[in-house]
Amino acid sequence: MSNDTMLLVDGLRAGYGAVEVLRGVSFDLAKGEIVALLGSNGVGKTTISSVLSGLIPAWSGRIVFDGMEIQTRTPEAIVDLGLIQVPEGRHIFPNLTVRENLELGAYRRGKPNRARNLDRVMDTFPRLRERARQKAGTLSGGEQQMLAIGRGMMAEPRLLILDEPSIGLSPLLVEEMFSLIGTLNKDGLPILLVEQNVLQSLEIADRAFVMENGEIRLSGPTATLMDDPDLKRSYLGLA
Amino acid sequence: MPDMAIIVPSVLNGLTTGALYALVALGLTLIYGVLHIINFAHGALLMLGLYAVYYLNVQFGIDPYVALLIVPPGMFALGYALQRGIIGRASHGRDENILLVTLGLAIVIENLSLFLFKSDTRIIDVPYSFEVVEILGAFLPLPKVVAFAGALITAALLWLIMSKTDLGRAIRALAKERKGAKLVGIDVEHVFAMSFGLGIACLGVAACLLLPSYYVNPQVGHGFVLIAFTIVVLGGMGSFVGALLGGLIIGVVEALGGLFFGESLGQLGIFLIFILVLVFRPTGLLGHKV
Repeated sequence: MSNDTMLLVDGLRAGYGAVEVLRGVSFDLAKGEIVALLGSNGVGKTTISSVLSGLIPAWSGRIVFDGMEIQTRTPEAIVDLGLIQVPEGRHIFPNLTVRENLELGAYRRGKPNRARNLDRVMDTFPRLRERARQKAGTLSGGEQQMLAIGRGMMAEPRLLILDEPSIGLSPLLVEEMFSLIGTLNKDGLPILLVEQNVLQSLEIADRAFVMENGEIRLSGPTATLMDDPDLKRSYLGLA
Repeated sequence: MPDMAIIVPSVLNGLTTGALYALVALGLTLIYGVLHIINFAHGALLMLGLYAVYYLNVQFGIDPYVALLIVPPGMFALGYALQRGIIGRASHGRDENILLVTLGLAIVIENLSLFLFKSDTRIIDVPYSFEVVEILGAFLPLPKVVAFAGALITAALLWLIMSKTDLGRAIRALAKERKGAKLVGIDVEHVFAMSFGLGIACLGVAACLLLPSYYVNPQVGHGFVLIAFTIVVLGGMGSFVGALLGGLIIGVVEALGGLFFGESLGQLGIFLIFILVLVFRPTGLLGHKV
């Protein structure tokens, strides 16, 4: 593992009850990179996110984040290290205001710079500033997604996991979301992009891993993968 | 029809009692709103608080109002430990388990108290027990006026904690969105226990404010908890303002009921209201649809 490695997942197995969902998944992500973790519904992508954040335990295998093994740490210890997840389905706090949601993003990390970061996030998402005093549950789907990402940014992430950020958004907003991901990455923030939206993810990511049935099926630089006949057939609908 | 000279004192009296009911109900609604626990041990814990105030006074000569510095923090610690050590562990995430665990706790606490403190009803003797204050031409016992003010201040403090601090925000966040809370690094078990502790600390405050004008025996919690449940349903499950408003309303209804129907039927009005609310507005005055 090189010094540039931000995240290394090695032989990860995990599941729910007796059902094994991840059957030995390995992938890595270098500093400054966008890596896409692709695959259709039910292949275990969100399970990986959950294990990475410590929400469900790893059965075996290693997760190394910036040189530290984290597979046995609690969710709050993982947040402390700066591995921040923006979950699928947003999971914002509907009963709190937009502002309170963002403030809670810095519950453990980034507290000293909370005011400055709050300003920065609201500059990135002017919509959130307009609605700062509104209950988050009243926001539209797109706004909730922005809020979820903004809440993640408040923790000053060192690696951001974006789980299905484009799900449920209109095509126009999906476009906007992907260009935003590019912007977030420009300053060097490494991003693990967990997505079903294969084509657009490949366009923005540096490398990608394609999952099938709890295993990595294909991997490589996105430019190469785009020409892969298997991928073309199964995910892009091209012959 | 009794004239105003009787009704005004009665209403004021009801408000002072109601504020204390509200305090008990605030703890209950906080615990319900965040942990979704219907805490059957609430009354038993209030009783423990009252005994703490009683023994601090009798053994060490500590005034109940000075005990405000000791009993609420102690009750907070007890609540924190109960949630973290017993209720949270035994529940295994199932609501019906929690129900039985808190009920079991209530039974254990009450019977231990019977054993340790005996079933005698006890009161304390403080110099200001029978002092009165004149308000709007009505003479109210000083301890009740203090209790009223103290309950409102506590409610305001609780509101400040809930709306202005990270802990409060975390508590409210956790009440609705557990996964999101974990992902911002909120330690779920700790915040649950803090919520339970705060709810039980309210009982500690109530105990200090109550004892100068009340009594304690091992069953004293029952009456309060029944009324507190009514208030929580009346105000809307989990609603803070609802609990406060509900408490005051119930206090006044009880006082006026006592005035018109006689002391023994005073509580009739409370449960009449309870039934009416359940029939016509089951979400409570300020509650939301679940």
